Amino acid sequence: MLRYIANRVFWFIPTTIVLVALTFVILKFTPGTGVVSEGTQTITRDQIERLEENYGLNDPLYRQFTTYLGKVVTGDFGESFQFRPQTVNSIIGRTFPVSLRLGAYATLFAVALGMTLGTIAAVNQNRWPDYLSTTFSILFYSLPNFVMGFLLILLLAVFLPRRGVDLGFNVGGIERWQDWVLPTIALGAAPMATIARYTRSSVIEAIRSDYVRTARAKGVRERGVVIRHVLRNALIPVVTLVGPIFAAIGTGSFFVEEVFNIPGMGPYFVESIVAKDQPMVLAVVLIYGLFLALMNLVVDIVYGFIDPRIRY
Amino acid sequence: MAQTQPQTHGGGLARDRELSRDSAEGRRLATAGEAGLAGLAEAVPLPGVGSAALMGERRQRSLWGDAWRRLIRNKLAVLGLLVVTTFVLMAALAPWIAPYKQSEVVDVRLARYGPSWQFPLGLDQNGRDIFSRLVYGARVSLVVGVLAQALVFLIGIPLGAAAGYFGGKIDNSLMRLVDIVYAVPQLLLVMIFLNLFGPGLRNIFLAIGIVGWVNEARLIRGQFLSLREAEYVNAARVAGAGNTKIMFKHLLPNSLTPLIVSMTFGIPTAIFTEAALSFVGVGIQPPQASWGQMVGQGSQSGYVQSDPHMLLFPVLAIGLTMLGFTFLGDGLRDALDVKGNEA
Repeated sequence: MLRYIANRVFWFIPTTIVLVALTFVILKFTPGTGVVSEGTQTITRDQIERLEENYGLNDPLYRQFTTYLGKVVTGDFGESFQFRPQTVNSIIGRTFPVSLRLGAYATLFAVALGMTLGTIAAVNQNRWPDYLSTTFSILFYSLPNFVMGFLLILLLAVFLPRRGVDLGFNVGGIERWQDWVLPTIALGAAPMATIARYTRSSVIEAIRSDYVRTARAKGVRERGVVIRHVLRNALIPVVTLVGPIFAAIGTGSFFVEEVFNIPGMGPYFVESIVAKDQPMVLAVVLIYGLFLALMNLVVDIVYGFIDPRIRY
Repeated sequence: MAQTQPQTHGGGLARDRELSRDSAEGRRLATAGEAGLAGLAEAVPLPGVGSAALMGERRQRSLWGDAWRRLIRNKLAVLGLLVVTTFVLMAALAPWIAPYKQSEVVDVRLARYGPSWQFPLGLDQNGRDIFSRLVYGARVSLVVGVLAQALVFLIGIPLGAAAGYFGGKIDNSLMRLVDIVYAVPQLLLVMIFLNLFGPGLRNIFLAIGIVGWVNEARLIRGQFLSLREAEYVNAARVAGAGNTKIMFKHLLPNSLTPLIVSMTFGIPTAIFTEAALSFVGVGIQPPQASWGQMVGQGSQSGYVQSDPHMLLFPVLAIGLTMLGFTFLGDGLRDALDVKGNEA
């Protein structure tokens, strides 16, 4: 087990370096250095060159890369080209927590509601609660999150208020607590459907098992059977889904953040791509990549503890 | 798909219902249904796939006939098929269906005019007919979806085939590459590529294809790994067939059904990716019409409250297309008896 963890952690390093190198090279091949945003007329050719010199953009590529890598290791991502004089660290420090908060809400929503719906569907197999929950699962599963987001906005923040039903939802922003509700649903709906599907089939399997029949036979009441015997066993495999889901949506989403005007990392990243703001793009790619790799690592290790059948 | 989420075998639910309805008839369905119930259990072998090559020409036709009958019995799948057919027809016949050209300004004074008898879906902020733009937008979506998927096949199948068939060092090095590409969120990579090549239709499907091949490579690798030990492969080798012939004449046709299913999920993923990219402004550029871009324009602050029709119809178009493909894909997966889409 320890050896496995060490091995996985070790693999983490080359993956990260390759990730950064790839982004770095691709960005360097992009025409234009992005030091000055296009359309800025007030700056002379001479000044641009001096700026580029300052940022080390005239050094050979390998030198630029090693310099950058050296800085990154000490946690310094440099200054943003686009939002100068703000540093990348300060922008990320401000926006990352917002994205993470949205991601955490969405994950909680997906897990709580998904398990509940899946269990209700399984216990009432082939009756209307089952069909209802199945229909919603398919709907939520197939709609992209930004489509979901706009449908929610149109329904709850535009059309219903026009009919006089104002539930207090806004078109965007994060000023009030209600503002978090719709983005959370939009981001969490698809993973919620996934969890509901898994929970349903897992619970159905457990219901038909021998130990449940035994429990019923010895006179345990239905509620007790479901909670103590069925769910306890059925939810273990479902729990393992939480990790990958958090890895996927834990950092929010460009699109949901864009849809709801949430000042997370997403909108900044899109803007940096358009403006060729290399320090920003590299930092965001690195953070997303590291987050994903780290979560996968944690998931793999946790599996080993939850399910004793897995041994490395 | 972009936002990577664990892919489930959606078949399970539909199968259970199928099972309860006509369990007397289909013995194959019954086994499929139980496999669905087993749910989290290990992958079941693919009965239809492994044995297809052993069957004669007549039997093989009946395999597809069986699949078709099973597909038609599934109401959701038929609905999906209808939606997808409508979408394809709309894209193919755009100039004949759309009353106006995609960037034709009908009347500037009527900008943002709501739905009416004359303009059923209303006009946009430049006074262009939204219905016409949606019809032409379907074209962009279809082209991106199909070409990106073709590119995914073109890259993913040979690489996955080589890895699965030859194994050893080739497999190891290719799979390391796959691991690394997999470690990066795919949307992020697509955006970086677009940043490199610039926006536009051609670069979008190139980017999606170049990034998206990993799933297909994994799928084919897994197929080939299990199929290469089959007896008919030995027979072919004894008969003197070379590696290329075995791979493309024997192994690939037997991996056809999972590929078809993966295609019905790959195309909408590409369509969604294009829409999402165009929505945030790094995809299709105006004046060319694209659903995502129309969503982006309709969602500009101010329009959402005052003229929601500009946002509603493109959003519905994307949503319906996604639903159609999912229904069809789920139905195909059940009908062709393919377990899961986990790459």
